[in-house]
Amino acid sequence: MISANLSAIFYLVSGVLFILALRGLSSPETSRQGNFFGILGMIIAVTVTFLSTGNFSTGFVYVLIFILVGGSIGAFIAYRIPMTAMPELVAGFHSLVGLAAVFVAISAFLNPEAFNLGYPGNIKLGSLIEMSIGAAVGAITFSGSIIAFLKLQGIMSGSPITFKGQHPLNAIILISIIVLIYLLCSTQSSNLFWILLAVSFLIGFLLIIPIGGADMPVVISMLNSYSGWAAAGIGFTLENTALIITGALVGSSGAILSYIMCKGMNRSFFNVILGGFGATDEKSNTSSKEQRPVKSGNADDAAFLMKNASSVIIVPGYGMAVAQAQHALREMVDTLKKNDIKVSYAIHPVAGRMPGHMNVLLAEANVPYDEVFELEEINNDFANADVAFVIGANDVTNPVAKTDPQSPIYGMPVLDVEKCKSVLFVKRSLSPGYAGIDNDLFYKENTLMLFADAKKMTEDITKNL
Amino acid sequence: MEIDPLIFRLSIFILSIFVGYYVVWSVTPSLHTPLMSVTNAISSVIIVGAIIAGLSGKVDSVFNISSIFGFLAIALAAINIFGGFLVTQRMLAMYKKKKKDKK
Repeated sequence: MISANLSAIFYLVSGVLFILALRGLSSPETSRQGNFFGILGMIIAVTVTFLSTGNFSTGFVYVLIFILVGGSIGAFIAYRIPMTAMPELVAGFHSLVGLAAVFVAISAFLNPEAFNLGYPGNIKLGSLIEMSIGAAVGAITFSGSIIAFLKLQGIMSGSPITFKGQHPLNAIILISIIVLIYLLCSTQSSNLFWILLAVSFLIGFLLIIPIGGADMPVVISMLNSYSGWAAAGIGFTLENTALIITGALVGSSGAILSYIMCKGMNRSFFNVILGGFGATDEKSNTSSKEQRPVKSGNADDAAFLMKNASSVIIVPGYGMAVAQAQHALREMVDTLKKNDIKVSYAIHPVAGRMPGHMNVLLAEANVPYDEVFELEEINNDFANADVAFVIGANDVTNPVAKTDPQSPIYGMPVLDVEKCKSVLFVKRSLSPGYAGIDNDLFYKENTLMLFADAKKMTEDITKNL
Repeated sequence: MEIDPLIFRLSIFILSIFVGYYVVWSVTPSLHTPLMSVTNAISSVIIVGAIIAGLSGKVDSVFNISSIFGFLAIALAAINIFGGFLVTQRMLAMYKKKKKDKK
């Protein structure tokens, strides 16, 4: 058994190691070391907890068993999960953090003596407030992430679910959560604690259902942030520095990512959270759409264009992930490089279903990360490139965002694909993208549409090169 | 007059938010997905609370309603810790620089 002061210092050390873990991610070279720091911090935190309780009886054996069971499930998932399913995995993991926070809060509420928080029915006021906030945020994280997971997995439709009075209802529930926490703290009633949990689960569910599939990058980042605040709430309850530091780090990390994602779509956070985007716009647009001529081509044409190019920029999007085309794409690029054609990749901040989704897929396909560029880095290069190869992206290339103030995506930063000498656009059909609007790029003089499955088309082009 | 320890914890919390703010802005956008999976893993340090809860039972009766919730939370957090760190490692191992000799 070690003293409370000593263990507090060790918790501080593990908190600092977690900061270093995130710091490492500033570049791919230091990132692996960063991950190691994170693991080390976790080992220290867990070991110190064992030492400070000094309880190595039967209970300890059970704790180890549960860690082993959970750990093997986690390790199994981590090794088996395909990279394209990363958004679902992260959403699923968020839900687990949320639920774990709820369980810890329940356990502390039922047995506050174990945590030095007072006695059942007479828990210290400060602890009770922290505990109920932690539990409520944890519950929202849990049910919200479950919905996000179901939407990403395709079990639930990705289109927004809206109904009349949705926003007033949510507002009432959110206010009632605050009232419940107040009442709970003044009465210490366990019934109110359970009601608080139930209502929080409900609001988590209601908050996410109106948000459409392509807004998932924001949702996942936001839930990431929530899971951090939940952990911090529990950290205050347990008076644990490691947990407070981590909670704050994760909370601000998720908030920053949400901000970056919103900026990538030129929409306010509230606009995304209130949901319904893309559901209503579609109708008004299809009616006014006239048939415009498009040029379509086959793999042979595409191969010819690329063979005669000296530089090619590839613009991947969510469609590439769906078609699992990243490996086929890299093979095509390898062939291009053999012909001394310069190839780079342009990634829009909101491409895919989570922040950095495309980068991971390209890394999986062995694309060196120094060939992959962010929007600001590469946007000027389009004017000098010969061919832009758009695979699975749509709205993020739409020039309308720059020209038409009436458009719902006006002002969104887009890739200047249309400035390329020629544009190859791999797509299944002319259907509009998530924003529900037509892409002007389809009808440009220099655009050649390649109507096919992304993976198949890429393979065919490689054969023709 | 003595300062409530809560104030110290609040200071740590607020300062950590600032640290988090600057550290996360320095994360390169291409590593945002690993960032999410690693934050997932570290936020599961909540397992320390779960362990205390799990160990709260008596020697002769390890399981009571409070410790059962603790054990469940241990399992959930462990899934996240192992899953989160391992999947991050798997992803980071894929980020490679261009090889000079490769054409």
